[in-house]
Amino acid sequence: MDVLNALTQGILLGGVFALFASGLSIMFGVMRIVNLAHGDLAVLAAFIAVVALTYTPLPFGALVVVAPIFGLLGYVMQRLLVTPSLEAGPLATLVATFGLSIVIQNALIEGFSADVRSLDAGGLATASISLGGGIDLPLVGVLGLGTAIAVIGGMQIFLSRSRTGRMMRAASDDVDTAALTGANSRHIYAVATAIAFGTLALAGVLFGTRSSFSPTSGTLTLIFAFEAVVIGGLGSLWGTLLGGLSLGLTQSMVAYYDPAAAILAGHLVFLAVLALRPQGLIPARST
Amino acid sequence: MTLLRIDAIDVHHGLLRAITGFSVAVDEGEVVSVIGANGAGKSTLMRAVAGSIPVSSGRVEVNGDDVTRLRAHQRIARGVALVPEGRKLFPSLTLEENLLTGAYRRRPGPWDLDTVYDMFGWMPDRRNQNSRLLSGGEQQAVAIGRALMSNPDILLIDELSLGLAPIVVKQIYASFQQIVVNGCAILFVEQDVSQALAIADEVVCLLEGRTMLAGRPADLDPSDVESAYFGATTGGH
Repeated sequence: MDVLNALTQGILLGGVFALFASGLSIMFGVMRIVNLAHGDLAVLAAFIAVVALTYTPLPFGALVVVAPIFGLLGYVMQRLLVTPSLEAGPLATLVATFGLSIVIQNALIEGFSADVRSLDAGGLATASISLGGGIDLPLVGVLGLGTAIAVIGGMQIFLSRSRTGRMMRAASDDVDTAALTGANSRHIYAVATAIAFGTLALAGVLFGTRSSFSPTSGTLTLIFAFEAVVIGGLGSLWGTLLGGLSLGLTQSMVAYYDPAAAILAGHLVFLAVLALRPQGLIPARST
Repeated sequence: MTLLRIDAIDVHHGLLRAITGFSVAVDEGEVVSVIGANGAGKSTLMRAVAGSIPVSSGRVEVNGDDVTRLRAHQRIARGVALVPEGRKLFPSLTLEENLLTGAYRRRPGPWDLDTVYDMFGWMPDRRNQNSRLLSGGEQQAVAIGRALMSNPDILLIDELSLGLAPIVVKQIYASFQQIVVNGCAILFVEQDVSQALAIADEVVCLLEGRTMLAGRPADLDPSDVESAYFGATTGGH
């Protein structure tokens, strides 16, 4: 039964990884860029949640508003920072987002010190659903996996049904031709980044209720998210979900036998996928 | 009424001047062809009119409005749609989704999915097929349909017949009458001179970015067209 327990915990952990990774996957899928500040932005969202819970009487559930706030931040940041660097060349986006990452980390250390924090989610943090047989599903984990599936499913519907989503796929195929059919690529890209930022903010808050974090936690978070995207297949959203689950399962199952080797095992799975199946588990539709 | 007026535009590729002092006026219902050899600047001209690349001097007017400084997605809202060289369908989208991208900035007018499907009767059966699976001629038809979905006043078509079977080219040219009957105008690039002379109301011949010859096909002397096309100086001017 302990193995079964480790298995379910792994799936739930994988859900949070997938939620983290979906924003990275969206930005890569649409613009072919990697946002190196992804993890730090999620940690920033968690710190904002700490401040909101400490200094306002808002209930924990009110934290969902970080998603639209970060969405707006994403739109503005894309127009002011990422698009100008993208137009200067793909390498410039790496430098720009790396710079943003350093700025966020140092600003957080300045403002909150390097102390480790955690988000007080009240009863939610310890609530669980008992499945019987000694298996308990922590509610936060279920929430994480559920949000990941909802975000990825919703994004797929948005991409296939909506006018803007369709144009987003067209711009991902060929941005010059998309402009000829009427797409303002700067706006389309900013919408993609807004969605990505909204999801990473949710991921950051959920992550903060599961485990403690500090201003420098973003780096490892970015690595996990990046690994989930690559394992699943670059540019494929369902692949990202599968990649997150693979990573979570691996870490959790290995931790059952040897907790010290868990994170290493996740990295090894990532390297094995890169070496043996570089297109990922579910390759993107367009190549 | 003049839908498109291009007045003495220069277009540069880096330091190279690809188009020099090009002018043309295209009226409602008119079909105008730009001909010229490889490297004459035809595609550059089309992309500049569509707003994909900037003009360095001169003026582009659509329906009397100056659109010279507008970007491609703004010009399509003013009624300029380009069918780019090589069709450039979106490979991860289906046939119908490709058409729908053209309606992103749809202007009022006769063209929608139904009227495009009426014109190309084979399309409805294959609407959900991935556009990569279509033949070259089918892709060209979808690309024209996609451009029409915005209800343009000016339809620009680059290298219409390149790589297509003659029978397919004939079918596409046959659709021109249906397109211009609604008051739209067509400016298209064609490498096949005899084809262009047969279809167009007016022909403009480019050589190294300069207009060598322009006029109605009936008024042009074939030997003049030939020398303008190849830049040959034989022929006793």
